[in-house]
Formats: sequence, structure tokens, C-alpha cells
Amino acid sequence: MAKVNPKRTPMREQNPKVRAHNFDEVPYGYTPEEAIAEAQRCLQCRKPSCVKGCPVEVDIPGFVGRIAEGAFLEAMKIMKRTNVLPAICGRVCPQETQCEGECVLGKKMEPVAIGNLERFIADWEAEQKECVMCEKLPPTGKKVAVVGSGPAGLTVAGDCLKLGHEVVIFEALHKPGGVLVYGIPEFRLPKAIVQREVQFVCDTGARLVLDYVVGKTRTVDELLADFDAVFIGTGAGRPWFMGIPGENALGVYSANEYLTRSNLMKAYRFPEYDTPIVRGRQVATIGGGNVAMDSARTALRLGAERSMVIYRRSREEMPARAAEVHHAEEEGIEFHFLTNPVRYVTDEEGWVRAVECLRMELGEPDASGRRRPVPVEGSEHRIPVDTVVVAIGNGPNPLIPQTTPGLEVAKRGTIVADPLTGRTSKRGVFAGGDIVIGAATVILAMGAGRIAAKSIDDYLKTGIW
Amino acid sequence: MTTILKKEIVAPGIKRFELSAPDVARKARPGQFVVLRVNEQGERIPLTVADLRPDDGVVVIVFQEVGKSTRLLGTLEPGDTILDFIGPLGRASEIEKFGTVVCVAGGVGTPEIYPVARALKQAGNHVISILGFRSIGLRMMEQEMTAVSDELIVTTDDGSYGTRGFVTDALRAVIERGTKIDRVFAVGPVIMMKMVSKLTEPYRIATVVSLNPIMLDATGMCGVCRVEVGGETKLACVDGPEFDGHKVDFDLLMKRLKVYLPEEKRSLELFEAECGRSGCCGGTTRCQ
Repeated sequence: MAKVNPKRTPMREQNPKVRAHNFDEVPYGYTPEEAIAEAQRCLQCRKPSCVKGCPVEVDIPGFVGRIAEGAFLEAMKIMKRTNVLPAICGRVCPQETQCEGECVLGKKMEPVAIGNLERFIADWEAEQKECVMCEKLPPTGKKVAVVGSGPAGLTVAGDCLKLGHEVVIFEALHKPGGVLVYGIPEFRLPKAIVQREVQFVCDTGARLVLDYVVGKTRTVDELLADFDAVFIGTGAGRPWFMGIPGENALGVYSANEYLTRSNLMKAYRFPEYDTPIVRGRQVATIGGGNVAMDSARTALRLGAERSMVIYRRSREEMPARAAEVHHAEEEGIEFHFLTNPVRYVTDEEGWVRAVECLRMELGEPDASGRRRPVPVEGSEHRIPVDTVVVAIGNGPNPLIPQTTPGLEVAKRGTIVADPLTGRTSKRGVFAGGDIVIGAATVILAMGAGRIAAKSIDDYLKTGIW
Repeated sequence: MTTILKKEIVAPGIKRFELSAPDVARKARPGQFVVLRVNEQGERIPLTVADLRPDDGVVVIVFQEVGKSTRLLGTLEPGDTILDFIGPLGRASEIEKFGTVVCVAGGVGTPEIYPVARALKQAGNHVISILGFRSIGLRMMEQEMTAVSDELIVTTDDGSYGTRGFVTDALRAVIERGTKIDRVFAVGPVIMMKMVSKLTEPYRIATVVSLNPIMLDATGMCGVCRVEVGGETKLACVDGPEFDGHKVDFDLLMKRLKVYLPEEKRSLELFEAECGRSGCCGGTTRCQ
């Protein structure tokens, strides 16, 4: 084998100064030549550690090897055996801590850009006239209801269809995709791409019912009368707030509201679209995760002169992906580390005008393993703002736990499900994704979906609970 | 897609639609609401369920045309469709035999309180209803409310019909004449619900109000509908919409309802400039 290039093939991106004012996707994707060059860096390890790092166990050497040969269609066939959402995963998975984090090359040089290659192959397929269809087992005559069309639900649906079961997906919103459409902005994950992958699951045979709130329009028990199994993947919908004075002031948003208005309802195109959004000039986003980065970058694109991220720990503890933080910095987001809001100051009409903060120091590690932030006495200071986005996390959506007797729920409102099978306390009912583990990543939800689908199949075949 | 079966003008600027929505009709209970979106560019609009005919799969909504979205909705005709119709949402009213209940409604709150009053009557309560309107031309649903009430009082602000004054004046009169009231239900403008709650508090009459904050997804996800009740933050869409009127921070609610006033004004102006004034869209085509 020829000498491996120590550097990965870079992906071209929109100029930060330009993109900070539009909602178009930031990276452009690889050309076929770039993809082949990058794929050829793969050592094709016989015992690939990258696969172990992937929650859905994509055959990485398999698909990367085919790309290296220019056999893109073959690469896609391999991909779709385990992953029906490659264009999404290629864009939003935290590859650096998963597949790429385990890549052998990464020990001495830059790891293979597996995420970029996954994205390339999915986008390449979309440009072809025909797409690779999933191989399906003969129909079993069993019916599975999937509640929620986010990453967990779509994965369960895809896998159950492949196993020959009939699938109906119920979605409460008017568009399928869950957090992929309401939460993640267009510049990071274009909605057309989500639509394409949802369409693929439908083309594989799923029936999609929108505007249908399971727990309200119909309960889980009512679904059990018509379906052999029910999978609950309703996600972590309920936004958390800090519970500090002034948090209900005008101009203080939850990240969910801010992003839903902008993404799902297209408020950035108001008044062409009817849903409004406050276009703040001085916007503070509270939190340090990917959702915070998405919110701060959205604020910039909505015309903020100053878009700030206020995070109570230091840069090292930030849960956001390094690439997102980097993108945010390039675009001019201001970071205020070791800073914690204590209250919001409002004007007479109730609008937020400043956020009062304390400076923090890092003490001993806490339960999360991160160093605990401790306030510095007398360090109160005010940052002038006209809009605030609170992005400190979300709890489980309460609608189904509220209306499903016999379904065991943990203290924080998550549904209790066996991590190895996705089985809940209720016969025939499975759950996975954020509704079980709390707010996490797209790929973890997909991993849970794969486990649940396998277990649903076992249950439908054997009847053993 | 949900089809409009019937359209009526209840009062100037207030319209009543019968819609074909069997799933919602089967499940909805008094006090619950629906969310609808007219077309792809539309907002998600929450509206209380005004009546139901579960056997026919019919849901009734009554709405006041205030901004662009409700104006656009009002241009639709029987046979037209609404893109999205979601429900029932929120918790149902707590209906039981309380004894004597007073149902207080202001303006377009009347169709909202109607199913609640009817259910209270069916549960064996002595129902006194007080309806308030600005003037005679805006009164609505008097017959329906008479049918489900043991006593009906109508007030108008200008005295053009019924008793002159506000609903609170009529309620005070009922309290002062010595009627023992076990519970009050109030639906209407925030200021009306606030004044009703203020009036009943010293008498310790349990008072339920149905709140109407701005909503977006209305399934507990976005948090825009947060209201403060007894010092705690609640989400009106999943924890409500009904709350104890003596504990609600009405002033905060009134402030929060104003967040998008400039945008709403702009939207309505554009709508009027384009097709609203002349009624050119003849129902659907251009506005969709």
C-alpha cells in the first residue's frame, strides 16, 4: 500500500462572513475525486475498531473500501443494511467521539473522515435516478405502531419493514423527522435531506400519519388493540429552565421554541411564512451543547449584531461538538465561559434588557465527571441583551406517560425500558431514544431503535415477553 | 387535510365552522382545544373546541378574526380544506356535581364555555350563566346557552341589550343576593378573567379560568405558553389550559400576549394590501 496521507481531505465550506447571514448549508460535501482520495486513506483493518465505536454498527471498512474503488452503488448497499439515514448521520453524528475516535490512523495522524464519506455516498445516491432499496423479508402479517418520527422511530420503522412487518408511524407535528426538522437548523441539516430519508422509509413500506398525538388523539392502549407491538420514541420535548427571576420575561425563549419557530415554521422567512420570531440585536444563548450552538448561530442569521454564548463551565467541559464550536467561532459568536446567569432584568413592559451573571470557578468534579462550577462572590455583572435563548436541556415529553396506565416511568419522567431489548413494563410496548435516556444524540437514538427493532421481531415471532 | 362542512357568521368578525375530523370528535372533551394550520406558510393556531358531534365526526370551532391567520381562515368556504388539524389537546375540564356553578363568558369566550356549561348541567349542577358582550350586535349563542342553563344573564357594556355593565357586575349581584356558589368557570379576555377571579377571591369561591397564551406546538415541547400559577411556571398546553384563577399571574400573561404585536400588525397590513380588503381571493386560491 502506498504511503498514507497523514492529513484528511478537507471539505470545502461557505465563507464564514457570508454564511453568518444565510441559512444555506455550511459544508459543500466531497466531489467523487475527493471522496475516493479520502477513502483510500483507510487501512481496511481486519479487526475494525471504528465499527465498535458506531452505535448502529455500520460496516465502515466495507462501505469505505467500495468508495475507494469508485464503486459508489455497492458502498450504498452496504450502508443501507444497517443505516437508513446516512445523509443525516453523515452530517450530525459526533463522529470524533465514535467511529473516527476509534480509527487506528487517528493514533498518529488524522483519522479517516468517515462522517464526510457517509455524507458523500448518501448525497451521491440522491443524485442518481434510482435509489438502492432495502431487501425485505416476506410479510409476517404483524403490525407495528411507531410513535414519533424522529431518529429512533425512523430506525425502528426501517428495521421492522426489512424484517417483513407492517409499520405505521404516528407523528404529532405536521412534518416528520422530530428533532431533525424542528431542532436542527437548515445550515447544519437541510430539511430537504430529512425529507428524502423519511421518504425512503415510506418507500420501503411505512405508512406515515401526521398531526396525530398519541396519548391524546389515541392512547397507547387503544393502539394495542390494532397493533401487535408499539414502539414509543417521542423524544425529550419539554424544555428545562433554570428557575431564576425574570425567566418568563418577554424575549426569553426556550431553545425549542426559538429553533421550532425558525426551522419547522420557517420564521426566518417571515412575513412570507406567517410565524414570527423576535429578531434580537443582542442575543444571549445560555448553555454549552449543540443546541446552544445552533441557537446562537441562528440568532446571527436572524440579524443579531452580537450573539453570545454564556456557559457556566470552561471551554473544555462544553458538551457541543468541537466542529460546531469551531464553526460558531468562525462566524463571530462571542463566548462567555465560567459565567452563570442569576436573573434577568426587564423594562417596564416586561421585555428582557439585561442578564445578570456571576463569574464562576471550577471546583472538584461532580456526578457528571465534569468540574463543578462554583460562584465567585461579589462577581455580579450585567450583560445587556434584548433576546435570550435558554438551551440548558430538555426533559421527556409527558403526554404518553400521563395517559398510559401500567407504563413504568422513572423519577425524571423518562420511560423505563430494558437497555438490551427496549422492552417496557407493559407487554407489547417498547421504547427508546431520548424518552428513555433523556436528551442525547441522534445516533444514540438510532442505536436504541436498532436494538428495539430486533427485540420487537423476537417478540412478534415467539410471543414471549 | 380537514374539510369544512359548514360555515356561519355568528357576529361581525366572528365565524363558526363545522369540520370533518372524526378522530378528534371521538376523543375531545369540554375544555380541550385543537391546533390548526391553514396552509404551508400558515401559523399553528390554537382554538378551543366549541362543540362536537362524535357520531357524525364533526368538530365545531368558533373564532374571532383578529390577525392575518384568523382572517385567512375566515375566507375559507364549505368544501375547502385546512392543511393540518390536531387534537384534542390540553386537559379536559374537571366536571362533577359541585352544586351551583356560575359560567361566565365574555365575547368569543361564549362558544368556548358552552360545552363546559352543558357538561356541568348534565352532571346535575344548578347552572347560572353570565354572558357579556360589548353591544347588542355582538351577542351570540344565547339560545344554546339558555338550553343548558337554569338561569341566564346577558350584559352589554353599552346597555344596548340585557343588563348594562360588565360580567363582573352581574356576578357581584348574584353573589350579593345570597346565592351560594360552589364554583365559577370563566372564559374570555384575560382582563375579564382577572377581574372575575379578583371578585370571587374574598368570597373564597373556587374559580377556574381557561388561559389563552401564545402557543406553538401545543404538545409541551416549546414552552412559549408558560404561565405562572401560584408562583410556579406551568405550561398551559399540557398542564392546562384551565387553572385556579386565584393563583394565576394575569399581568404576566397579558404582557406575554404582546410579544409579537408588531409582527402581527405587519402581517395583517400585508394581507389587507394584497387581498383582504376586496375579498379578491374568493375563498382559497390566491391566499393559499
